[in-house]
Amino acid sequence: MTAIDNGIREAAVQQQTQVERTEDNGVLPSRPLGLADHRVYYGALPTPDQLPLGELAAKLGHAGVRGRGGAGFPLYRKLVSVSGAARARRVAPTIVANGCEGEPASHKDKHLLWLAPHLVLDGMVLLGRELRATRAVLAIEAGAPHGKGDLVRRVREAVAERDVRQDGVRVEVVEVPGRFIAGESAALVSTLDGGPGLPTYREDSVRERGVGGTPTLIQNVETVAQVALIARYGADWFRDYGTAAEPGPQLFTVYAGRNRPRVVHAAAGAPLWPLIADAEPIDAVLIGGYHGSWITAPMARHARLSEADLDVPLGAGLIAALPAERCGLAETAHIVRYLALESAGQCGPCLNGLPRIAAALELLADPHHASQRNGLLEDLERWCGMVEGRGLCHHPDGSVRLVRSALIVFRTEIAAHRAGLCTGGDRRPLLPAPAPAREYAAH
Amino acid sequence: MRTNPSPELAVDWAGCKGHGLCAELLPDHITLDDWGYPIVSAGPVSAAAAKRARRAVADCPALALKLKAPAAGR
Amino acid sequence: MNSSVLWYASQATGIVSLVLYTIVMLLGITVAGQGTVPGLPRFSVVALHRSISLLSIAFLAVHIGTALLDSYVDISFISSFVPFASSYEPLWIGLGAVAVDLMIALVVTSLLRGRISPRVWRVVHWLAYAFWPVAIAHTIGLGAGKGGLISGWGLWLTIACVVAVGAALVWRVAAQQERSRRTPAQVLEKTRSEVRV
Repeated sequence: MTAIDNGIREAAVQQQTQVERTEDNGVLPSRPLGLADHRVYYGALPTPDQLPLGELAAKLGHAGVRGRGGAGFPLYRKLVSVSGAARARRVAPTIVANGCEGEPASHKDKHLLWLAPHLVLDGMVLLGRELRATRAVLAIEAGAPHGKGDLVRRVREAVAERDVRQDGVRVEVVEVPGRFIAGESAALVSTLDGGPGLPTYREDSVRERGVGGTPTLIQNVETVAQVALIARYGADWFRDYGTAAEPGPQLFTVYAGRNRPRVVHAAAGAPLWPLIADAEPIDAVLIGGYHGSWITAPMARHARLSEADLDVPLGAGLIAALPAERCGLAETAHIVRYLALESAGQCGPCLNGLPRIAAALELLADPHHASQRNGLLEDLERWCGMVEGRGLCHHPDGSVRLVRSALIVFRTEIAAHRAGLCTGGDRRPLLPAPAPAREYAAH
Repeated sequence: MRTNPSPELAVDWAGCKGHGLCAELLPDHITLDDWGYPIVSAGPVSAAAAKRARRAVADCPALALKLKAPAAGR
Repeated sequence: MNSSVLWYASQATGIVSLVLYTIVMLLGITVAGQGTVPGLPRFSVVALHRSISLLSIAFLAVHIGTALLDSYVDISFISSFVPFASSYEPLWIGLGAVAVDLMIALVVTSLLRGRISPRVWRVVHWLAYAFWPVAIAHTIGLGAGKGGLISGWGLWLTIACVVAVGAALVWRVAAQQERSRRTPAQVLEKTRSEVRV
């Protein structure tokens, strides 16, 4: 397998009648693969003889795989932690592949599950063998749409195709009601344990005591797919992509001036500019997700796509270019309103703080109100400081990160609004803010 | 955690209703925000305050205040 | 000991217990509703609630003990906590036994508070809303002591207790409605107008 350079490839770029592995393809195939085609396209899944216990973990450590989304925690360390806890308590661990993709603007996980579900299932089997897990759960959003297809059905069909005896691990598919924080570890564990799907107070981490009280490894489906690739092609293949600190091929969801977002295959260190050039002239770019950060247009034009270069986390892999005629404050207000409504409503600071931050941003986004109301920025900063770090999950923290980046990047817009003007004519929201699939109970 | 030499305060945010007893008993470690919820200083409870901290944990009407061993690296 | 001394002691300590438990209820309702007693910090209100309930147990013990010792009426030890087992006034004594059982559950779980799960403690503590009315019923049914319901100053005292707790409950429900935490959507609606000011 030759090394693929750090260029950018469209994930579904080829219109081929036969699915061939060519260098032009990204890591994803151009059309959905059944199990047989999957084996041809990627090669056979290594058997336990070919990949004895411990070797997978070593490869993953050498490869330097970090989880997508969340804090980018090294996968190897999580594996060690979970297997250590399992050994100490003499209890079999649980593997959870998180395909909930609660981030509404992100499509990469659904895209991956649609085109190459067996890659994710392979990864789950490999991790399950390595950890000697007795339960492997693939969590996906109930009723998840994907283009014209029914993603849940596609995934269930893929699971049905597997030979469980050969795999050695049986994968369960669990449908999770789509909410923004549904994929948060404690919330996901709550759902899988039959609870309300909200974060809970924990003395131990999920790695020590998760689903059913067992040590639980929760990873994003893309990370799990990376495991399946590394097992076949090796850690060096993985490290050929990206940078030393941020290795590996990665998927991103790009909003850049076209009607629909597209999922692209890229790696850290690639120039950001070509991805969003179609959207020019642009105002700013949102990196990561709704818990991510805005970056300025000049930075977007010159920086490389990496956390080191951008100085912001890549998070869930969202890259959303805001065209110049839009209003960054209106867009941020729209997103933060969604985030406020997606709060679990359990924790006093978040329940009280996020709606106030959202309301204040709405005022700030309206030149009429922004010019009348004094102390808006002070109130915003006060409330941001008040919700940060005070709650059962990082929803308020992530939301505050977005708000603070907006207050910096849209400085000139703020000044204009306070003078009663708006530089952007188009105040329509760009990014999606879906209504909740189900309501949380009031507290 | 009576035997713990330097315990830390933690809040079960889902249970906390903002009664505010903890802030009364531990004014050096806890103040209340605009909505009555505790802002807890990071770090271990001082030795002088340890007894009051245990009382605050016992007296919290919502049983939402906890004393635990400082989190080692995760 | 003279039977009527024992009997009057039982009556007296019974009434005192009831009044003390009524105060315990009022303090408990105040704390649960996040109210305050003027001049007292919240932790003192909690401490008072606890101390007075322990004091009430002492009076309750004397109330039961003197009733058992009194030979004029036949109340066995068993019937002080097994409901409706007494041959004397089985209904009203029985209610007293129910109250004793509920009180034991409340006290034991509260002594173990922090060692049992918060949810278990809370669910059992709700039994206080059963305990107190049962104690009131027991008092009303047996108050006169010579058969018949309570009357005279005993009745007025009992009515005062009922009115006090009733008023506290009304306050509690009202305070709860006002402060009910609501969903984020409701908070957003409410704060929109606040933030504007």
